Order: sequence, then C-alpha cells, then structure tokens
Amino acid sequence: MPVQYTSIVDEHQTVRNSVGMFDISHMGQFIVSGNDARDWLNAMLTNNVAKLDVDQGQYTFLLNDNGGVIDDLILYRIDEAEFLLVVNASKIEEDFAWLETHRQDADSTMLKNRSADFGGVAIQGPRVVDLFRDLLGQSVELPVRNHIIDFVIAEMAVSIARTGYTGEDGVEVFFRTSDAAKFWNLVLERGARFGAKPCGLGARDTLRLEMCYPLNGSDLSAERNPIEAGLGFFVDLEKPNFTGREKLLETKTNGVRERLIAFKMNGKGPPPRPHYSLFNNGARVGEISSGTLSPSLNIGIGMGYVSAASAKIGTPLEVEIRGQKFPATIEKKPLYKKQS
Amino acid sequence: MNVPDNLLYTKSHEWIRSEGDNIRVGITDHAQAELTDVVFVELPKVGTNVEAKAPVAVVESVKAASDIYAPVKGTVVEANNALTNNPALINSDPFGEGWIFALKIDNPDDLKNLQSAAAYKDQIET
Repeated sequence: MPVQYTSIVDEHQTVRNSVGMFDISHMGQFIVSGNDARDWLNAMLTNNVAKLDVDQGQYTFLLNDNGGVIDDLILYRIDEAEFLLVVNASKIEEDFAWLETHRQDADSTMLKNRSADFGGVAIQGPRVVDLFRDLLGQSVELPVRNHIIDFVIAEMAVSIARTGYTGEDGVEVFFRTSDAAKFWNLVLERGARFGAKPCGLGARDTLRLEMCYPLNGSDLSAERNPIEAGLGFFVDLEKPNFTGREKLLETKTNGVRERLIAFKMNGKGPPPRPHYSLFNNGARVGEISSGTLSPSLNIGIGMGYVSAASAKIGTPLEVEIRGQKFPATIEKKPLYKKQS
Repeated sequence: MNVPDNLLYTKSHEWIRSEGDNIRVGITDHAQAELTDVVFVELPKVGTNVEAKAPVAVVESVKAASDIYAPVKGTVVEANNALTNNPALINSDPFGEGWIFALKIDNPDDLKNLQSAAAYKDQIET
C-alpha cells in the first residue's frame, strides 16, 4: 500500500464522506482449529474467547510474560472449533513463533500461518452499504458489527467482516491472493458512482488517529501493557489464566506510572509528530507516540505517554517542536466524533 | 510537471528567481506534488545570515516535515508571511504566491553552481 494515491487529505475526506478502499493484503492471517483451540486461545489472548459466537470477532491482545504487547489483533470464531486471527504485517513471524512455542498439544490444537494465501481490503465510509447492495444484491445484508460472513462475489469466494480502523461504517474483506487484483478493480469500477477511491497508508493513519485507535510499534510496544494504553476494556482479568495476567493485575493494583493520553493543539502551529517531548508546567512529562494534523478537525492532534499525575483530561500540555513550545490540551478519546 | 525555463534550481528541489542583488526562493511544482497538502510553513527571520545549503525554512505536510535550504550564501530580506495563514499557496501556486523567502546574496558568482531548468528536468525525470 502506498502512502497516498492522490493526497492524504483528499483520501481522508473520501472515507469520512463517501467510501475509500485500502489494500490490507500485507496483514497476516492465522487459522487455529481443534478441540482445544478455544481454551488455548483464551490462555494466549487477553479478551474472553468464550464470549464469541460463531461468525463473531473481537479485538484482543497477544502479550508477553511481562504483560507487554506483542501484537493487537482481531480474533474471529469462524466455526465451532475454528478461529481466524488477523495480525499486523510486521508481527506475522513474531506472533507465529510465540504461538507455536506456546502450543502444548499438537493434535488438539492446530495452528497454520495462511498469510501468503489471502489478500485483503478495507472498504470504509458511509456509502459502504450502498456499494455492497450493488455488489451483493439489494436483498443481501452485510454482517452486523464485528461479525464475519462468507459470500461469493463475481465467482470469488470472499469473507466479509464488519470491522475497520477508521471510525466509519465499513468492512474488511479477505479473498484468495490470486483474486486480489480482480476484486480490487471490481470494487473501484462498481464503486465509482458511490465516490469510491483507493486510499493509502497516510489516510489510514490520520483516520485511525482521530479515533485514537492505537498503532502497534508506535502507541503499543513490548514495554507497554494494555492498561497503560487505556485499553483495559479488551482485557478480561476475570479469566483465571492468560499470559501476562499477573503483571496486569499488579498494574491494576499499584496504578500505572504512565498513561496513553490523547491531545489537541490549542491553535494553529506545526503538526505534532512522534517523539516530540510533552511538558506540563515546564516539566517534561512524556513524549508523543503518534501525531499528525487532523484533516477533519484542521488542527494538530496526537497521542502520547505521560506520567499518570499529568494524564487527566483537561490538563494543559506543551509540545516542544524545534526548540519552541506550543500549547495543547489533553482531551477525551476519541478526538473525532461523527456529526449525525 | 511545470519547470519554468527562466528559473534556476537546486538538487533539493528549490527554485531561484534572480531579482537584481536578491533572489526569491520557493519549492518546485514537483516538490509540492510529492509533499502534497502543505499544512504549516516555518519562515526564516528577516536579517538572518545563512550559508549555502543551510536549512532556512521548514515546510510541513500531513506526511512529514521537510527542511528548505538556502541555495547560496546570503541574508534573508523577505519572508512570505501569507504562508502563515495559507500554507496551501505552496500547492496551488508554487512558483508564484507560494514563494517562501528572498535573500540578498553575498556573491552573484555563487548562482553559477545552481542548475538550469533543463538539468532539473533531467533530475526529476530519471
């Protein structure tokens, strides 16, 4: 996926106002199956796998023994005892190696890396339903939020999940690698009258950051746990056992040292960018993990880890940019809310 | 891509217009198309002495922050304050309203080190 096809701002607005398509073929897909698949995944991941019905998905974390994030991913239950994990491209090998070394019984839990077999696109924006009525027929409904259903479109077998990384209604579609170009071209051709355009990594980043969705490697890392990142909602500490649980309980009890906050710049100025220092009352309290100029809000926005004492909503911050300090304020997540 | 014949160019995608003892500097059409969506420009202070190839201004797009360099040694005599409120002028009119700064140059011979429109065209087309 390129950074941009036309312009980041134009592609961003396409997704907010009509519909945009991202090539997410680089993402990884693992299939886990077998009689013990559910219980094993429940011990490997933070969210509660037992809550998933067939065809349902959930956002979840793969943690190391210290509770640090190896990866954030979506787990779908695609059959009674079969699961699909959609993982970050840069983490395919590491995730697979980690899961493989923690697999106890090779017969009752099968793990396959199918990343090379599947391509994928994310189709996101308010016109997505219109576009798919055109592709699937007027009477066919898309899966409901966080669910995945198999369809055949133009003789291509596709799995459509009602998920996304933009804050808009949308789907993520997976298909055979050999169908990738055909599916891409079909959507652009049929989507033209709904305003569909290809979108790149740049818009993907500005869209997700307005929603405060974390990016692994920037906002998440092996040194940070989901509680510090403010993502405890996707961790079920009631589960008796999963990797990293002890450390997360410790964090819960003792409180976090630093917290991932979202902020907006107070006025016009240079866009905040990763690794710029954050100050509160003249003291350095942390640094930016993700930052950009928000195309929807037309102001600098970002996220960063700051000391817990300076992490309250409304706290004034200063961002140091090329030796100068610019005022910002800690805001509630998400930073962008759709006007209804 | 527009590359006006009457201008000089740097390898780092600045254009230079000769105006007597002064030069006016901006970034090329090619550079603005690569950056897209300029959202902020940090201008130099008038009176600043700059060395050739020293960073003078910063142009920020949504994607990245890019340094803009002095083509030759000189003193900043003008900065385009219109860019403060309307940085997108660099996208809409890179060779006109989107100029960034003007320098009084120390030595007119320094301009001989810059490249012609034809040479710059070769640079961006290969």
